[in-house]
Amino acid sequence: MADKRVYEVLFIVDPNINDEDLARLSDSFQQTITEQGGTITKVENLGRRTLAYEINHRTEGIYVLFEIEGSGREIAELERRMRVSDAVMRFMTVRVDRERKRAEKLRERRTRKAGRRAGVRPVNVAETAEPSES
Amino acid sequence: MSTNFEDQTTDIEQEGTDIVRAVAPAGKTARRIRRRKQCRFCSEKIDLIDYKDVRLLQPFIPERGKIMPRRISGVCAPHQRMLATAIKRARIMALIPFVAD
Repeated sequence: MADKRVYEVLFIVDPNINDEDLARLSDSFQQTITEQGGTITKVENLGRRTLAYEINHRTEGIYVLFEIEGSGREIAELERRMRVSDAVMRFMTVRVDRERKRAEKLRERRTRKAGRRAGVRPVNVAETAEPSES
Repeated sequence: MSTNFEDQTTDIEQEGTDIVRAVAPAGKTARRIRRRKQCRFCSEKIDLIDYKDVRLLQPFIPERGKIMPRRISGVCAPHQRMLATAIKRARIMALIPFVAD
């Protein structure tokens, strides 16, 4: 549990909320996270969007994205708070650190492969000594 | 059902069919040789398929709202897996429909 995990929490807020309340809600959620020992690395308001299907008889919603770094305890508390809150229509937490690591690995492998391929080419004899990076 | 998929494939295949025509002149062979479709995500060097990126997912969800099978889109297995989870996540967050009409 000591290792840091990165989470992405996307939630949809009732569109009838006013800007003030939205800010207050967002702040209170952020506070919950910091209280539980997590750190917020990104807060993004994705704005109003029409929903692909109705949720609670609403056809649109305000999307807010949090990026959180922590142990996972703060996520449990945040989710509990979101469940209780009437303004939050839906939320989803995705653990992204593993996926990002994997993407990083794939990218690395690709650049390595590209470097090798360039090295094999007979024209680049001089470059074979040190693998070129592109 | 299959007709729905076919009109979707045309724009994805575009690059592939051009090459086929260059090899064998159009109209000569009755059945054109199916060239292996290139995985879009591999050729565009996309390592991470984000569920929030609806524009990226859109081509892989035909009108019905289903996930387009690999055999039609030509996406490679690792990318299809990523794509499938991304689509499922996007559905939960009402970014794309579970079923369209």
